[in-house]
Amino acid sequence: MTPFTRLVSRLVPLPIDNIDTDQIIPARFLKTISKEGLDKNLFCDWRYNEDGTDRADFILNKPEAKGARILLAGDNFGCGSSREHAPWALTQFGFRAVLSTSFADIFRGNALKNSLLPVVIPHDIQKELFAIRETNPDYSVEIDLASQTLLLADGRKVEFPVDPFAKHCLLNGVDELGYLLQHADQISAYEARQPWALNTAQPLDG
Amino acid sequence: MGTPRTIIQKVWDNHVVAQNEGAPALIYIDLHLVHEVTSPQAFAGLRERGLKVRQPSRTVATTDHSIPTTDRSLPILDVIAKTQVEKLESNCREFGIPCFGFHSEHQGIVHVIGPELGFTQPGMTVVCGDSHTATHGAFGALAFGIGTSQVEHVLATQCLLQAPSKSFEVRVDGKLKPGVTAKDIVLALIARIGIGGGTGCVFEYRGTAISALSMEERMTICNMSIEGGARAGLIAPDETTYEYIKGRPFAPRGADWDAALARWRQLPTDEGAVYDQSIFIDADALEPMITFGTNPGMGIPISQPVPTPDAIEDPIERESIQKALDYMGIHSGKPLLGHPVDVVFIGSCTNSRISDLRQAAALLKGRKVNPSVRTMVVPGSQEVKRQAEAEGLDDVFRAAGAEWREAGCSMCIAMNGDQLAPGQYCVSTSNRNFEGRQGKGGRTFLASPLTAAASAMAGVVTDVRTIL
Repeated sequence: MTPFTRLVSRLVPLPIDNIDTDQIIPARFLKTISKEGLDKNLFCDWRYNEDGTDRADFILNKPEAKGARILLAGDNFGCGSSREHAPWALTQFGFRAVLSTSFADIFRGNALKNSLLPVVIPHDIQKELFAIRETNPDYSVEIDLASQTLLLADGRKVEFPVDPFAKHCLLNGVDELGYLLQHADQISAYEARQPWALNTAQPLDG
Repeated sequence: MGTPRTIIQKVWDNHVVAQNEGAPALIYIDLHLVHEVTSPQAFAGLRERGLKVRQPSRTVATTDHSIPTTDRSLPILDVIAKTQVEKLESNCREFGIPCFGFHSEHQGIVHVIGPELGFTQPGMTVVCGDSHTATHGAFGALAFGIGTSQVEHVLATQCLLQAPSKSFEVRVDGKLKPGVTAKDIVLALIARIGIGGGTGCVFEYRGTAISALSMEERMTICNMSIEGGARAGLIAPDETTYEYIKGRPFAPRGADWDAALARWRQLPTDEGAVYDQSIFIDADALEPMITFGTNPGMGIPISQPVPTPDAIEDPIERESIQKALDYMGIHSGKPLLGHPVDVVFIGSCTNSRISDLRQAAALLKGRKVNPSVRTMVVPGSQEVKRQAEAEGLDDVFRAAGAEWREAGCSMCIAMNGDQLAPGQYCVSTSNRNFEGRQGKGGRTFLASPLTAAASAMAGVVTDVRTIL
């Protein structure tokens, strides 16, 4: 996993509540067996005209969105399905963090496993950032994961929560699977204690 | 006696493999359900790392999301979908996982076949790369959706790293009125708490109205827990649960059954256990529910007017509702009753089981769907399909002018060509009404199978109570 330490970027605002995973990446693009090539389908139904050309009024198509690494969203970002294609599409497009007042549980977990940082900010800061961004498209913020702070341009620091273990994984660029695999003996001991085990391989007439 | 615990706490405690300082708990997973859409990248990850599947016999796969629901003797015409389905079948062969594939007589929506075959049992932890995994909570299992990275984790180690969730009691007391169903209970809950209302929580549904429900009705309710933001939702097992499971192919037998029953009886929440949050719903006061907007929280009792955004103070919230109404092309201030309908979809992991089909068929028997409405009935599994055909329900649907199709997710997720055309309105028994969910530009009204069947006949959104 790519490490995440510090990030300075302009903001891409999407002032809509409850942006669901079907908007982030519609289900028709989930027939792929690969993780690659999903960036072009990010926010597909909001981003393109019927003929496949860019919709000029959609934020991702505006010049100031180019190169920006932080998405600023409405409340409850990422609700809906468990598709990890959502963080894959966001990171492939270039995003490394999403700011919102809250994240859906499954999306948050998926994002953290792909070095996409979900940053929970208070409602008033969210409102303020949307307002600033409207008048100043070049407005930038800094995210420092080690100190768990969002640094605003006027010097104010906004602290945000991160699960300590997820933070460790992000800072060091390690994933959870290695940690899980280290517990093989404990897993075996747990399995040996179980009074009955499901056997999905048993013949159906047995 | 220790501290009274909820069933959520008990299932959690029974599955902690390790709990280290500064890290989440390692939780053992009893049953891992796999399907074609969220697994190929996980199997690729195993291959890259040279890992095996730790417990193939706690894993089972099926194809449901991207497969056509046309005649099974026909090939899959969508080349990309065909590749995905074949990839699942070859991955399962390579890693030794039982797979009920495209041509299996036990194929079906993963959340329909799990309970049907007896894989799903009380007290289990159940995961699947699908957010509607909460369905299995109907059996008193802690069941939740996971992403593809976690699918890989479970394949490799049979464990997940998890932090405990908060407990959220959903108490539903009273008696449902005729025409009001389990679907209406859960739509009413989500309308009250909103789609983020249960974030960070596991729901426990309880109360006299819940105890009175059949297992299939309980599955409908638990299925939509995620639409209220909760990753899982469960119902303590009782005699209804045990009666459903007994004798199913993968359920314990003989002495194993007796021992399992003794363990399961320990699961229900202890008297005096404390929940982090609680809500009460009066079943007697419920009406059939229908959604008007673009998330499942935008629901109303069917006789009530669509709310006006003007009254909402928060500007983003107001604009979000206005955006939803614009997308749906509907006006606030009056009920949806009488609104024209182009398509009716009866199916999905929420409402495609035999009791759902029986309800719809009972209304449609000897009647016709409105000729302007395309009505699709998609059974949840091959087993449901066989049972329905044995009861003659397929003939009822066909005679009424509805389509009787093969098992799969179909127009709930619209990955397989079963989809709405832009602008079309659909009364759907599925679980999501997000923009484009049932096809780009399509517009969804979520409702029960009864409301769906009644609306199919009338050609407009209809209150089923007027024709009962």
